[in-house]
Amino acid sequence: MAKTPIFAFEDIRIAIAGKEIVKGVTLAIHAGEKHAIMGPNGSGKSTLANALMGHPSYQITAGRIHLNGEDITDLEPDEKARRGMFLAFQYPVAVPGVSVANFLRSAVKARFGEQISAKDFRKTLKEKFKLLEIDESFATRYLNEGFSGGEKKRLEILQLAMLKPSIALLDETDSGLDVDALRIVADGINRHCGDDVGVLLVTHYQRLLNYVKPNFVHMFINGQIVRSGGPELALELDEKGYEGKGGDVAGEVAA
Amino acid sequence: METAKTLPAETEPNSDPNAGISSIGSDYETRYGFHDPETYFHKGRKGVNHEVVEMISRMKKEPDWMREFRHQALDVFLSKPMPRWGDTDLLNSIDFDDIFYYIRPMENQGKTWDDVPENIKKTFDRLGIPEAERKFLAGVSAQYESEVVYHSMKEDLQKKGIVFLDMDSGLREYGDVVRKHFATVIPAEDNKFAALNSAVWSGGSFIYVPPGVDVGIPLQAYFRINAENMGQFERTLIIADKGSRVHYIEGCTAPVYSTNSLHSAVVELIAMEGAYIRYTTIQNWSNNIFNLVTKRAVAHTDATVEWVDGNIGSKLTMKFPCVYLVGERAKGEILSVAFAGDGQHQDAGAKIIHAAPNTSSRITSKSISKGKGRASYRGMVKVYPKATGCKVSVECDALLLGKDARSDTYPTMEIGEDNVQVEHEARVSKVSEEQIFYLQSRGLSEDEARLLIVNGFIEPFTKELPMEYAVELNRLIELEMEGSVG
Repeated sequence: MAKTPIFAFEDIRIAIAGKEIVKGVTLAIHAGEKHAIMGPNGSGKSTLANALMGHPSYQITAGRIHLNGEDITDLEPDEKARRGMFLAFQYPVAVPGVSVANFLRSAVKARFGEQISAKDFRKTLKEKFKLLEIDESFATRYLNEGFSGGEKKRLEILQLAMLKPSIALLDETDSGLDVDALRIVADGINRHCGDDVGVLLVTHYQRLLNYVKPNFVHMFINGQIVRSGGPELALELDEKGYEGKGGDVAGEVAA
Repeated sequence: METAKTLPAETEPNSDPNAGISSIGSDYETRYGFHDPETYFHKGRKGVNHEVVEMISRMKKEPDWMREFRHQALDVFLSKPMPRWGDTDLLNSIDFDDIFYYIRPMENQGKTWDDVPENIKKTFDRLGIPEAERKFLAGVSAQYESEVVYHSMKEDLQKKGIVFLDMDSGLREYGDVVRKHFATVIPAEDNKFAALNSAVWSGGSFIYVPPGVDVGIPLQAYFRINAENMGQFERTLIIADKGSRVHYIEGCTAPVYSTNSLHSAVVELIAMEGAYIRYTTIQNWSNNIFNLVTKRAVAHTDATVEWVDGNIGSKLTMKFPCVYLVGERAKGEILSVAFAGDGQHQDAGAKIIHAAPNTSSRITSKSISKGKGRASYRGMVKVYPKATGCKVSVECDALLLGKDARSDTYPTMEIGEDNVQVEHEARVSKVSEEQIFYLQSRGLSEDEARLLIVNGFIEPFTKELPMEYAVELNRLIELEMEGSVG
């Protein structure tokens, strides 16, 4: 393809405490494309998403990461975020005492480099709350503290909506959601990840992919992409599972 | 009021709750650590003895009873040994002969800021006092070294019979009331530093709120040490009469010197039946100050006393605000934050005595230690026999920044009654890597992330402060946090 991918990584290898978990993975995502990485528990797919963002416990031992054609491999996570990279966490952490509104305002300011007026900020926040069917009282609640699994996931998508990334990594965003919440979250992803955004969905199950249609599906086993295809691959994996696909299902190293 | 007209505000108070993040780079030295030239009306010799005490009392033209009280207190001070608990190494390093006990910066107190000498006025301007006075305070007292150099209160409050004076004026104008209550909550014999204060006290506030009167907006006192080797010994007495309400705020700063100064205040609060007193402190001492303060309140039937105590800076702070719950259904609350930076020891805590039935108390202590800083929580809760139906809640949280930071907890509970409800929780935590990563993944730098987490940690405290002080506290924490990677 002639166009530069919005996000790409080449031959990425990742180790945790000296043990190699991701063993040479390459992928290029163009604007407007949605890629799904599907794999069993422990295959290293979450490790991949977190390490790409820059999790301090994971070492990228080889390979490069590019965002909009720029090499961002060695940047701090906040630098990556400010340049338009976003990770929706599987388990968002609680930050007691820091209100959702306060946190979001800091994040928006960091991302866009300027202070938006309190009025505009409140207005935007209100809109996004409504779309994601989040009660407005969440603005004053402490970040992820005492939130249900579904509430946390919705808040992740809210952040996605506020921070307008060019590449969104979504780590098991469907886990812990009931059908209604799944629909709301999926709608949010579709709405905010348009033609100018690349998406990488990391998931165990196919069900999110019923709502967020991927262009490409990559089967991830034992730290490697073992097969790539279109949406039909997701259905096949869902039906038949990951067994016998050439991977080590028992490789429970990085849940 | 005449004070509102001349002084331009140096800085707009920042109403942005994120202010703590936005302006990394300033420091104590330039913001608070400066000092003025000393052109004082009176500056005595270093050291303390009966001659010095006599001189102070005579200069103040005090009644005999106070002069005698001072001399007796000095004897107590001289005869009492240094405390044998706490940070005894630091305590024993205090050289009482190397301290000025009384410095009078000007002959008479200012009624307007224009009466205050230019450099002193500028200092308080830099500290934002006249501005705060205009914007949201009911009255202001500004103490510089040993004396209150400026004092004011809104006229309508005077009409309601509220008395807000510096302690020396209080003694002159309300001698009988002062004599009746002075040192009844904290006698000179209480401890060595209370005795020293009793002997050489100067300045501080005297407040009386008549029955049923609500002061509405806060009264504030600001304490500034300027001279090197200064000893500041203010004395405060607040009496809230039946069913009245008052919120008093104090702030303090000092220049940075290589030698040590001593701040040793005594604060006595009396909340009569059904009265409410909140006493808020935002202490921001430079790192050469020994801050050894005795604060105690008595709460009568249905009264409430709240200490909201923020301790930042100093070399060693020892401060354990106390409430004696002596009347039925009285309530006491002590909410404190201590930030121990590198080389500092914050030995702070709380003390509650349940001496009547159905009284309730809550202690919430938050401490942060950074670098080689050390924070200690020292608390005591006592429930007397027959004080039935009491409720006690104690919560201590310590946050360690860095591997060398230290936190200790010394809780004491003496429960002499079975029919009581007691809750106690203590936690020590660190800023987690996962929290930092999460915030960084949203674009905040590592420093910003850490600061946000710390500000979140003390949020239960900051949310109790008036907005302006909350912003100020977050900013102070930011200054302390600089370079605290670990």
